[in-house]
Amino acid sequence: MSIRKSLGDRIFDCFNALFMIMIMIVTIYPLLYVAFASLSDGVQLMAHVGALYKPLGLTLTAYKAVFSNIYILTGYRNTLFIVAAGLVVNLALTSLGAYALSRKSLKFRKPIMLFIIFTMYFSGGLIPGYLLVKGIGLYNSLWALIFPGAISTFNLILMRTAFQAIPASLEESAKIDGAGDFTVLFRIIIPLSLPTIAVMTLYYGVGHWNAWFSAMIYLRDKVKYPLQLILREILIQNETTNMMGDIDTTDQGNVAETIKYATIIVATLPILCIYPFLQKYFVKGTMIGAIKG
Amino acid sequence: MGQTRALHSAGNKSRMSVVSSFIKDVGCNRALYIMLVPVILYYAVFRYAPMYGAIIAFKDFSPGKGILGSPWVGLTHFKDFITGYYFSRTVINTVLISLYDLIFGFPAPIILALMLNEIKNNPFKRAIQTITYMPHFVSLVVICGIIMKFTATDGVINDFLVFFGAERTSLMQRPELFRTIFIASGIWQQVGWGTIIYLAAISSIDMELYEACTIDGGGRLRQLLHITLPGISSTIVILLILRMGSIMNVGFEKIILLYSPATYQTADVISSFVYRKGLQEFSFSYSAAVGLFNSVVDFFLVASANWISRKVNETSLW
Repeated sequence: MSIRKSLGDRIFDCFNALFMIMIMIVTIYPLLYVAFASLSDGVQLMAHVGALYKPLGLTLTAYKAVFSNIYILTGYRNTLFIVAAGLVVNLALTSLGAYALSRKSLKFRKPIMLFIIFTMYFSGGLIPGYLLVKGIGLYNSLWALIFPGAISTFNLILMRTAFQAIPASLEESAKIDGAGDFTVLFRIIIPLSLPTIAVMTLYYGVGHWNAWFSAMIYLRDKVKYPLQLILREILIQNETTNMMGDIDTTDQGNVAETIKYATIIVATLPILCIYPFLQKYFVKGTMIGAIKG
Repeated sequence: MGQTRALHSAGNKSRMSVVSSFIKDVGCNRALYIMLVPVILYYAVFRYAPMYGAIIAFKDFSPGKGILGSPWVGLTHFKDFITGYYFSRTVINTVLISLYDLIFGFPAPIILALMLNEIKNNPFKRAIQTITYMPHFVSLVVICGIIMKFTATDGVINDFLVFFGAERTSLMQRPELFRTIFIASGIWQQVGWGTIIYLAAISSIDMELYEACTIDGGGRLRQLLHITLPGISSTIVILLILRMGSIMNVGFEKIILLYSPATYQTADVISSFVYRKGLQEFSFSYSAAVGLFNSVVDFFLVASANWISRKVNETSLW
């Protein structure tokens, strides 16, 4: 652009950039504070008042305590299992349903869609759902965290829309060559919809990673708890005593603080490190969602 | 009589033809129906069975007797709730939290998207986006853990308040602050992510409009107010209507992570009340009634919101 900017425009740009820098600081600073505090020495941190600009007396004591906590490790293991098994169930059911309901040859797809969409507007509620899960014997099983949310209706609709957008001629030519619907789905539709599948994987995956409530109401044994529920005990309910190990009782109060910060980092850093690479898929997903289904 | 019978048989006939055309459809599309079996089974078991289970709201349910064996009590639980102490508290808290979120949380991503759109330096723009999207990926438990730490008596927020002459208190124990903290932390977490949909809408605005405006001597601020904002107004209207449809629906997860008996009076919403009554105090029927009341109200609000947005813009959620 060779057009010279007017004074007003330059002032506008200046204020805008300043405002944006402020927004960035406000967003990132709490996370940085947590990171600094997790690396700090407990005694110094307790004595410190105000903002942190660097770790106080760099130490990894808190991280040692976090990794020596058996429940953080079992929590990670359980969460990984739930994410993996949950994704298999989610993707299988969602793509089967989305494919069948995207076929025009299916005469009854309208009433079946209605049957499915109605559940977006109305639900039986928390208590009947809880009694059902208990009633069918899923209580205290990790599957109780997977089956009740096996299909997200919203995701099903997104996937159906994506499948509908694939030209019918591809399916027709495969059918002429004798392919059945299962072959069409697995050999043509899914390979052509990998970006959509990626979005679904991320949506469902992040959902499983963050879930804690159903674990709280459906699980009894602490060794089955996913990471988020362990985090809740440590961060919200202040249970840090079983992480102290060989730390002297006099120091425990001081370390308890830094342990919490270290726990946050241990549980959050993996996601924050991979998310910039996945960002474009998330954004794409929101775009698909914005288009009428 | 004859007429009725004729009508009756016509009804039977059409029902027969629906059944037979369904059987024919199954014959033609066997593979598709096989695919649908697990899907329909899922919806029947995990979505429709709880709707059936919701009849315990009209019964005095005890786990020993089961849903069918428990005695009917009619609308007793609904009456108890609506005439009780908790009705006004939970409804008012639910509506207020939604309303504050509508007033402060709804415009925030719009403003950020408009300002972000004015950043013409792409690496800078991408840096802002990456950073402001970040809190969206931090799990709710961790967000609430951070809120608890920062607002604690010895937390960093108190350090600043003391600097300005306030007294140290545990901020999460003060009922008058609960909603502010709840809404503000929600904006902090979601504002960046919320811009995506508006940035998408902005990117579809015709660039010629901006050129025309520049030729007419319109500055950046004028372009923002007279081209960009009107260009995304339909998106704003739809999202606003849909948001209003869920005004009675405040999720309980963040509430029950943050609230405590000290703040129930401003924090307890319908869904958190259902959770507490049902799963902590085990009054299954009473809390199922409260939940059903909420579901029915929600149903009408969401359905009418979707209907209005369809009217307004010939676009709808689905």
